[in-house]
Amino acid sequence: MSDTRTEKYFGQALKRKEDPRFITGTGNYTDDIVIPGMLHAAMVRSPYAHAKISGINTDSVTGLPGVVKVLTGQDVADAGLGSIPVGWLLPDLKTPAHPAIALTEANHVGDIVAVVIAETRAQAEDAAAALEVDYEALPAVSTAGAAIADGAPLVHDDVPGNVAFNFEIGDEAATSEAFRGAARRVSVKLKNHRLVANPIEPRSSLAQFTPASGEYLLYTTSQNPHIHRLILAAFVMSIPEHKLRVISPDVGGGFGTKIFQYQEEVIVLLAARLLGRAVKWTARRSEAFVSDAQGRDHETEAELALSDDGLILGFRVNTLANLGAYQTLFAPAVPTYLYATLLNGVYRIPAIHARVTGVMTNTVPVDAYRGAGRPEATYLIERIVDMAAHELNMDPAELRRKNFIGPDEFPYQTPVALVYDSGDYEPALDKAMTMMNYPALREEQARMKGQGKILGVGLISFLEACGLAPSALVGQLGAQAGQWESSLVRVHPTGKVELYTGSHSHGQGHETAFPQIAADELQIPIEDIDLIHGDTGRMPYGWGTYGSRSAAVGGSALKVALQKITTKMKKIAAHLLEASPDDIEHEDGVFRIKGAPEKSKTFFDIALMAHLAHNYPQDLEPGLEATAFYDPKNFVYPFGTHIAVVEIDTDTGHVKLRNYGCVDDCGPLINPLIAEGQVHGGIAQGMGQALLEDAAYDEDGNFLAGTYMEYAMPRADDVPTFQIGHTVTPSPHNPLGVKGIGEAGTIASTAAVANAVMDALWHECGIAHLDMPYTAEKVWKAIRDARSQLQAADD
Amino acid sequence: MYPASFDYQKADSVDQAIAALAANPDLKLIAGGHSLLPAMKLRLAQPPALLDIWGIQEMKGIQRDGDWFVVGAMTTHAEVLRSDLPLFPEVAGWVGDPMVRNRGTIGGSLAHADPSADYPAAALALGVQFVIRGPDGERTVDADDMFVGMFESAVRSGELLTHIRIPATIQASAYEKFRHPASHYAVVGLAVARHADGTVRAAYTGAAERAHRLPALEAAVNGSQAIPTGLVDAGDLLGDRFASAEYRAHLVDVLAARAIERLG
Ligand SMILES: Cc1cc2nc3c(=O)[nH]c(=O)nc-3n(C[C@H](O)[C@H](O)[C@H](O)COP(=O)(O)OP(=O)(O)OC[C@H]3O[C@@H](n4cnc5c(N)ncnc54)[C@H](O)[C@@H]3O)c2cc1C
Repeated sequence: MSDTRTEKYFGQALKRKEDPRFITGTGNYTDDIVIPGMLHAAMVRSPYAHAKISGINTDSVTGLPGVVKVLTGQDVADAGLGSIPVGWLLPDLKTPAHPAIALTEANHVGDIVAVVIAETRAQAEDAAAALEVDYEALPAVSTAGAAIADGAPLVHDDVPGNVAFNFEIGDEAATSEAFRGAARRVSVKLKNHRLVANPIEPRSSLAQFTPASGEYLLYTTSQNPHIHRLILAAFVMSIPEHKLRVISPDVGGGFGTKIFQYQEEVIVLLAARLLGRAVKWTARRSEAFVSDAQGRDHETEAELALSDDGLILGFRVNTLANLGAYQTLFAPAVPTYLYATLLNGVYRIPAIHARVTGVMTNTVPVDAYRGAGRPEATYLIERIVDMAAHELNMDPAELRRKNFIGPDEFPYQTPVALVYDSGDYEPALDKAMTMMNYPALREEQARMKGQGKILGVGLISFLEACGLAPSALVGQLGAQAGQWESSLVRVHPTGKVELYTGSHSHGQGHETAFPQIAADELQIPIEDIDLIHGDTGRMPYGWGTYGSRSAAVGGSALKVALQKITTKMKKIAAHLLEASPDDIEHEDGVFRIKGAPEKSKTFFDIALMAHLAHNYPQDLEPGLEATAFYDPKNFVYPFGTHIAVVEIDTDTGHVKLRNYGCVDDCGPLINPLIAEGQVHGGIAQGMGQALLEDAAYDEDGNFLAGTYMEYAMPRADDVPTFQIGHTVTPSPHNPLGVKGIGEAGTIASTAAVANAVMDALWHECGIAHLDMPYTAEKVWKAIRDARSQLQAADD
Repeated sequence: MYPASFDYQKADSVDQAIAALAANPDLKLIAGGHSLLPAMKLRLAQPPALLDIWGIQEMKGIQRDGDWFVVGAMTTHAEVLRSDLPLFPEVAGWVGDPMVRNRGTIGGSLAHADPSADYPAAALALGVQFVIRGPDGERTVDADDMFVGMFESAVRSGELLTHIRIPATIQASAYEKFRHPASHYAVVGLAVARHADGTVRAAYTGAAERAHRLPALEAAVNGSQAIPTGLVDAGDLLGDRFASAEYRAHLVDVLAARAIERLG
């Protein structure tokens, strides 16, 4: 299959239709929306990581200007609201209660202990700052390792030992056997540190209640408004789903952190009902730091068994996953079914065994963050494979090549449950190495050894499973949700078309890419097509956007719905042209009789007739709209090779990402410009973890990185110009052949950049592993200490 | 995002500002607001009332006065960046981003005496003079006496820093900065300048509670000796999660060598 498709729109690098409104400041975000009479909520958040709430003096603010109401955990309890639910259950999972407002105990810095509602935002903030809350500080614990130690403080009394789950996958006996016979073993103990997602738009929610009908309206920053509707209606508020309309208008980035149902959404709904007025809350940036679900945070020990000549024989992994103080929507799934099942990477590994322990701590909850589990798996396996290459004195590219699953081995059953449907890993590796001139980089590295600037080359070959997911499969694994997607196509009498999808765009460019698919299928100009999404009142069902699922699942649902439309249009055309539907062809935007091209009807003719139904087939319903529900048959498996080149200043330890090149295979590209943008952002986000970002807590659960003065985000000058290439291996099982590209950059780049830094340090002074992020002092000290050890050994 | 509420007034002249400060000791000056407002938004600062001095024309712009440049305190970083001043344009290029530079002022930065700010090192290396007005008239403070402690300069309450006098006879200068990865403020900033008489002055910022001269470096360079390491004692420095005192002391050595090399 070639890189380009022949369709008119599919494959074209069209500029995004949505961008003019974003770049001219005319988008419509939740915080832009004003409902007459609207009140404002400000959250009172615990300054303690763990504390008993011994008293809240609501009188301390009742007289303050504009204050309308103070809500506490008691109000939530009195309203009989349910705990914020966990959407993915594992066997014997312990899920501590997660009330919308803490009742007796605050469990992390930022946990909500009270809410002040006032006439203006400023009044609400002032009163929230003034509210007197008495806390009794309790012992707290912040790392997973510390939390499972004997005598560690308990985060929740009903989670003994702070262990929420024990998860195991693979064959332990076979893995032990593989290790017994292995000539070489490489082991690593590493930390995949915690991150804050930092979408540019802070979370915001605005609720309205209409007593006459009992209907609620919730505007909220959600990647999946239908999931919000389901959870809030059925599990939290106990109201019929059709009494809650959730609108997620323009959303300024999600990165996973806007999937979950949060405390504040319940609070504004409850407040709107109690007060009979609309209530809005918008996070301050400093609230986002302590209330948006955070990402990663694993402590892992792993060991790889190899033969002398570099064949991988076995892999075993033991991971502690820090879940934070509560479990949000997907939390238990991320370090298990999105991590442990990915530990096979792109290699032929005969035996794998992994244990994952989910641990509660007094920190902000951890859930899916761009890549969700897959970056953690990729980092682990690619780090240890690089360490093996170093120890075996093999080129890291050659060790990988030697162990790749071959193109003729698909479908490939891994020892950790997944069946890879397709792949061809070597061409991507070769293309990336050529693109980056890999041999020249190795020569340059040798020349720079021992100088003030040293070079590191990090190469990784990865795979991810995305396009979530076959519903029956995820159901067996504990998901409390279906994972199909739905689409509705509505053709108006004028021939203009609206597409509806349950997918949601918060930066992914759906408003451009989905019409590209439709314009080809319908053969009409793309200008005649609009995409509607993000409103449960307009699109009845869907599961939203995460896990790089929009194109593969939402796009496929759209394709099926479009096919229903063209099939019906052919029937109408056949009637009008007095032919059989089998004899109608649809080409260049007109419906013709095969072999009699002079007899034709335009798209518009047929759209109009479908609505007029004046001259119409008797057995056909009038109207022209179609709904499709598409359930994928498997995950899709994008893969690729990324190469990062870093330069390290050995005098200061500063690491500069000098070059970055990648070859991704996400199947055919609907819009190469959008795909490239996704890869750019993804790489920057992933390199951020390797070099800059660190959501650090102290031992007592105090958050140390709660502002941009402390939390280092990648900036434009931290990244080089990326070199981007593709190979195209279509997914064999969805009608578009597409795979996901939204997360690939992040999944790959953390590992590539980390390997580049460690490659430099290994070649320079034999350092096998350091934990990320590679901050200057850490790197400087490591080089200094290793050099002086080498010096001492020489003397 | 939401500061505590405050009163606000403006001054159009230095005299007006001094009078307003005398009349109301609660008044806090606001210049570009790019240090003060972030602190207010985090409610780390909650001044009851602000006096806005942004509009005082006599405190804006750069003039030449013989061997000196006279720079109004309300001159923005962006104007400094585009000017012919010695060293300051280079340093201004390291301050924040274009938005910060279009609003933040040289006087605001120097009066604020943030231990991580860039300008103080340049001010010490250049030997600038600070012109300060108060209810009792005008006084001039040498750079060496300007930076008193953490967020503490020689400007007293009730006073206004109106101008900065910068020598126009500097032969060569350089600034080397190691940025904090998050804030981009100086972990260490190191400034050197060769003055008209050929002597070199050097100073560092970022590493300690305030900016300091570097006598050991100056002595070595002016005595044509090799530059020693250990220019500053880690015991005198600050440390944090990103950079310990020991590391900052090392950075002073590294950046000093680089800056002196650039001096030629
Ligand atoms: C995102 C960001 C990044 C930044 N990065 C850097 C950086 O890399 N390096 C750096 O050095 N700085 C940096 N800054 C700070 C910036 O340079 C500020 O502009 C500067 O520190 C203060 O100047 P201002 O005019 O904004 O003062 P303001 O914030 O208005 O005032 C600061 C303080 O000085 C007092 N003051 C102001 N003017 C006078 C005066 N004339 N007389 C007496 N007292 C006065 C005020 O009362 C206040 O206490 C950054 C700021 C931001 C927001």
